[in-house]
Amino acid sequence: MTIKGKAYIAGIFEHPTRHAPDKSTAQLHAEVAKGAIEDAGISKDDVDGYFCAGDAPGGAWPMVDYLGLNTKKLRHVDSTETGGCSYIIHLGHAAEAIAAGKCSIALITLAGKPRTGAMPPRAAGAEADFESAYGATTHNAYGMCAMRHMHDYGTTSEQLAWIKVAASHHAQYNPHAMLRDVVTVEDVLNSPMISDPLHRMDCCVVSDGGGALIVTTPEIAKSLKKPLVKLIGHGEAMKGPRGGKDLDLTYSAGIWSGPRAFAEAGITPKDIKYASIYDSFTITVLMQLEDLGFCKKGEGGKFVADGNLISGVGKLPFNTDGGGLCSNHPVNRGGMTKILEAVRQLRGEAHPKVQVKNCDLAIAHGTGGLLGVRHAASTAILERV
Amino acid sequence: MSEAKKYPAPVTNPETAAFWDAAKQGKFMIKRCTACGEAHYFPRSICPFCYSDKTEWEEASGEGTIYTYSLMRKSPTGPYAIGYVTLKEGPSVQTNFVDCELEKLKIGQKVKVVFKPTDGAPLPFFTPV
Repeated sequence: MTIKGKAYIAGIFEHPTRHAPDKSTAQLHAEVAKGAIEDAGISKDDVDGYFCAGDAPGGAWPMVDYLGLNTKKLRHVDSTETGGCSYIIHLGHAAEAIAAGKCSIALITLAGKPRTGAMPPRAAGAEADFESAYGATTHNAYGMCAMRHMHDYGTTSEQLAWIKVAASHHAQYNPHAMLRDVVTVEDVLNSPMISDPLHRMDCCVVSDGGGALIVTTPEIAKSLKKPLVKLIGHGEAMKGPRGGKDLDLTYSAGIWSGPRAFAEAGITPKDIKYASIYDSFTITVLMQLEDLGFCKKGEGGKFVADGNLISGVGKLPFNTDGGGLCSNHPVNRGGMTKILEAVRQLRGEAHPKVQVKNCDLAIAHGTGGLLGVRHAASTAILERV
Repeated sequence: MSEAKKYPAPVTNPETAAFWDAAKQGKFMIKRCTACGEAHYFPRSICPFCYSDKTEWEEASGEGTIYTYSLMRKSPTGPYAIGYVTLKEGPSVQTNFVDCELEKLKIGQKVKVVFKPTDGAPLPFFTPV
């Protein structure tokens, strides 16, 4: 069994807002749902599958009701919660459900307001008493990974800075991006240290907003008007300290999700023309590129240096919307926007200054949770038909 | 400094109560599986490696080396350093480094356990030897 080619992304929408004091979280979900449904050219009453994660107020059933989805038709829901990569996992699960005939038009939504509202609390895990007092945050959990990566492989802050530099080159063309100024390696190194060895400019933005996808069957996608983008490979995986045995924070669960996706797609990293790589921090990108096989473990620093991730300059254009580092990071969850920009690239709808020529194969990869503690990863490989 | 910091009391539960009871005596406990011989942390009743239920409490030396760390420069309670210590007995544990110059921490540095009070059982931290 495979999901290769059995599901297409027929509708996408990214909320233009980055600051939404005048909107509710549920409202943002509705606005992105409406946007993706209109982009696909379908009716909301056609939706028969709904996918959401921990950012959806109350979970799937209150959202299905609030969104006014057609409950006579809706026959598949999935509220898998894996942090920022939830939506990449949802994409794979939607393809599985579509391949199994459990739904034919799936809606996936993400939205929230970390800048102007409260974030939903995360339920305590079995580890709580043994960890929560130590104050693991995104900054220091990724900082711990970067510190060990530098120790083991000689990775430098200058190399990490190149990732932010590349993102900023792309963000200058995105009118919705929060940070549109092109920055230099020196700018990153001169920005304040937040949690060693990560500087402020190694960190992504905090933004309100959201995004949504419509995933459907090949037949329905071909009856619609949008350029055809199909899912040809998908992988998901999880990693944690596992009782503290053989702790190694220099690799992520992407080391498992990536090969699964590439094997299903029947391609290799060399075939990829455009890469959306979750950029919660610069170190996240560097580790994911290694784990996905774009370079060897430990060589990520060399790989990202000297503009290699800049569209039109380097060998692997990445995050051409400016990514989480410069454009947005809705609800502190970057998986959805990774898929959205990959689809834009495959459709030829990216900004002309960053559009990759003949972009026929793209990857969207994300992590969720804390890379230095326990996390999930998901990889999607998409092809323009 | 971290001495002034107020730490939350562990909630505790039947599976981990013995750990916290020992902590009150200044003992740092790990679990070891008598079926496969592996030690693990944080403690579980079922061995996460071989799924045997023959796990036993063992007092650890409390000594280890810093696997990695990150110094959080600002927080509502001031700077703090989070990290992992690889214990002499094998498992790596998440912790904070205390009672030291945080800027001088190094990967590979030798550290030992030190308990800090809460309103309930004390919590384990590590400090350079």
